[in-house]
Amino acid sequence: MDTRTADELRGSQSKASWMEFIKTHFRDYGMLLSLLVIMLFFQVVTNGTLLRPLNLTNLVLQNSYIVIMALGMLLVIVAGHIDLSVGSIVGFVGGLAAMMMVRWGFDPVTTTIACLIVGGLIGAAQGYWVAYFKVPSFIVTLAGMLVFKGLTLALLGGMSVGPFPVVFQRLSSGFILDVFGGQGFNYTALFLGMASVAAIIYFSFRSRANQLKHAVETAPFGLFLFKNGLLAVLVVAFCYLMATYRGLPNVLVIMAVLIALYAFVTNRTTVGRRVYALGGNEKAAKLSGIKTERLTFLTFVNMGVLAGLAGLIFAARLNTATPKAGLGFELDVIAAVFIGGASATGGVGKVTGAVIGAFVMGVMNNGMSILGIGIDYQQVIKGLVLLAAVSLDVYNRKK
Amino acid sequence: MNAILEMRGISKTFPGVKALDNVNITVKAGEIHALVGENGAGKSTLMKVLSGVYPHGSYSGSIVYEGEERRFKGIADSEALGIIIIHQELALVPLLSIAENIFLGNEQAKYGVIDWSLAFSRTKELLKVVGLNESPETLVTNLGVGKQQLVEIAKALSKKVKLLILDEPTASLNEKDSDALLNLLLQFKAQGISSILISHKLNEISKVADAITVLRDGGTVETLDCRTEAVSEDRIIRGMVGRTMEDRYPKRDPKIGETIFQVENWSAYHPIHTQVQVVKNVSLNIRRGEIVGIAGLMGAGRTEFAMSLFGRSYGQNISGRVVLHGKEIDVSTVEKAVSNRIAYATEDRKTYGLVLAEDVRKNVTLANLEGVSKRFVIDDIQELAVANDYRARMRIRSPSVFQETVNLSGGNQQKVVLSKWLFSDPEILILDEPTRGIDVGAKYEIYTIINRLADAGKGVLMISSEMPELLGMCDRIYVMNEGSLIAEFGIAEASQEKIMHAIVKSGRR
Repeated sequence: MDTRTADELRGSQSKASWMEFIKTHFRDYGMLLSLLVIMLFFQVVTNGTLLRPLNLTNLVLQNSYIVIMALGMLLVIVAGHIDLSVGSIVGFVGGLAAMMMVRWGFDPVTTTIACLIVGGLIGAAQGYWVAYFKVPSFIVTLAGMLVFKGLTLALLGGMSVGPFPVVFQRLSSGFILDVFGGQGFNYTALFLGMASVAAIIYFSFRSRANQLKHAVETAPFGLFLFKNGLLAVLVVAFCYLMATYRGLPNVLVIMAVLIALYAFVTNRTTVGRRVYALGGNEKAAKLSGIKTERLTFLTFVNMGVLAGLAGLIFAARLNTATPKAGLGFELDVIAAVFIGGASATGGVGKVTGAVIGAFVMGVMNNGMSILGIGIDYQQVIKGLVLLAAVSLDVYNRKK
Repeated sequence: MNAILEMRGISKTFPGVKALDNVNITVKAGEIHALVGENGAGKSTLMKVLSGVYPHGSYSGSIVYEGEERRFKGIADSEALGIIIIHQELALVPLLSIAENIFLGNEQAKYGVIDWSLAFSRTKELLKVVGLNESPETLVTNLGVGKQQLVEIAKALSKKVKLLILDEPTASLNEKDSDALLNLLLQFKAQGISSILISHKLNEISKVADAITVLRDGGTVETLDCRTEAVSEDRIIRGMVGRTMEDRYPKRDPKIGETIFQVENWSAYHPIHTQVQVVKNVSLNIRRGEIVGIAGLMGAGRTEFAMSLFGRSYGQNISGRVVLHGKEIDVSTVEKAVSNRIAYATEDRKTYGLVLAEDVRKNVTLANLEGVSKRFVIDDIQELAVANDYRARMRIRSPSVFQETVNLSGGNQQKVVLSKWLFSDPEILILDEPTRGIDVGAKYEIYTIINRLADAGKGVLMISSEMPELLGMCDRIYVMNEGSLIAEFGIAEASQEKIMHAIVKSGRR
């Protein structure tokens, strides 16, 4: 007979359920953990340079356009496709913005709207062939990559065009205004951080209460507290650091809003669910009444708009449009999505994963540059990290 | 008679599951030995142990083959000794020719250069043996499933087979092709080749098997000898499920109402060969609470009919009228068909029915996401409640609704597909081969579900290649051949003979 008391049993059970839960959700937490480990590593070897407010700001600015494109690329890859043209679209849209504002005299607002529309049209033009003509996306977007690389050169006449109006530059180099006017400390940044933490905690408690009410299996309460607590501390600490410099960059806010939006769309909406079904089994999705062609088309349009936005941000950051802008971005974006756990065959992948993947790449870029490692070996190391991350994921899935 | 193969005390454990527990099987030289058991009983695992897919050391127990204990490290080892396995999912390369497929990995070559004339002449010989009248240069993709199966067997013969293992060889064959295949096995037996036949079709087993080993839950239940006396199907089923199954089809008291669904003059043409009419002026009707069957041989156009009807998912140049409750409805896209309350559960659930990488919950709600969402936002809690409800009602055996469907057995996968369509709340449910590849126990459950649907006043259209199933389940049976409906029988007058007779007669015309 079992001589253990009920309390003992409960204790061992809850411990077991902790382990069980971590094990089954390892992929979700493993990614975040490896990002933290990589950050810690570079924080130590760069003698604390990595997390200095100035560098942290740079890190955000340098990676914003990769993160933003990774959101669109995630949907494209989940839908079972790939888009190789995004780097060229960044260059082309940046060039177009420069010509419109500098040469043709359009104002920044009109330019921005027009450029986003052009990005969407480029996505639509490519998505049309992929979705309705069933030309493999690899081929279509490879063609797009060449076409728009060439058009960028033609548009700019092979020259750099700039500088931009100050209002446009703010897109990348501006910071959220400090309404409290603190001396050397941006209270707005801190308050915004605290407000978003409060919102996150409110929503997770609400959803947990709802889950408990309906007797849904949830994460153990300790783990739940730990996870939210850690997140709160990280966000507040981050905002505090940013506040000691110049506050929150505009780009950061755009990025955060987009991340939240895409996380919501993929997790909670019918459109998001359908993209996953489409990538997981297109035939089954189609026979379940999903308009697979239109959905594929729309994922490419969405990718085009986001690539256009990234092009604007990148151009604003450099304050000039060059024919070489965006070169090779597609590789970083695709790598970020795959490091984030998306499956090359489609149907699997998460927004949070893609964002973390983008930051893994970004932190490594940044850290290695601080350490003075040449661009040659940086690429070697990044390539190996991509291979290692995906191999580990494949291995985990097999188990 | 000597035993060619003895597997003694085989046990095999996967993390958390004991797949095989002390299994014993003895196959005598030159016999056809049937291996039966419900899905998950361990048949495939046992055959993987035998063929070396699970190498020596990953299981316990011993394999004695041709009088010696064997320790296979891989498939190559067992093949070298003449043990050839033909899997349920055919392992042919579609875009290579018959000859190339037969000698794949075993090319007729010297120093890496292929001798094509030798390969072709040997292929011709082998095709003659299996009775396949095709050119060795024909691409496999241009052959039907039955002929592909024969190519697989020819491939096995090319390797000097002594023990042929067939995993569900007739699962996707019609009766004529199945008979041809079984006769081939008998022919091999006469030549001294032993076979192990895994099958769910018990009538076939009683036809050809010399001995039957029954597995249940990873253990050997019994070995029945068919040479001394015939073993009845009921006797086999009793061994498989561990209980007597009084009736293979659940009883039902049909309450048939007025006609609710009519298809008039439905025609469809082949998607590539524009001039080939695959569905020819089909007209049929279904009444409230009625289960209507469509019998026919493989390739009769039944699936093509159903898919062209369901949102024009097959074919082109489709014409005809569909009437539900006296009103013509638009079924030109799947979405419209579903919203007009037609549902179609496909015959191939892995390719067309399920998103395998996703869990039970997401598959159940896929065809009716609006039913669990408000303004494009999915209500998680409601979705979960729906999934749990169907899991309980349909008795889907999975640890939870968060289990990915790829990990479920065939019967449970089928229940998920049915749940998906039931949640879309159809009036008319078209079921295409609803019990293909499903074990006896799960079949009974599926039948019960179908009966419940009919009792709830829905109309069910059931396509099946297993005639006893149609006869056991339906109230009325249409017979289809070469794209046309050629006969209609009320259940009281229908019989296998009459249906076959109708098909043969129409074929002769």
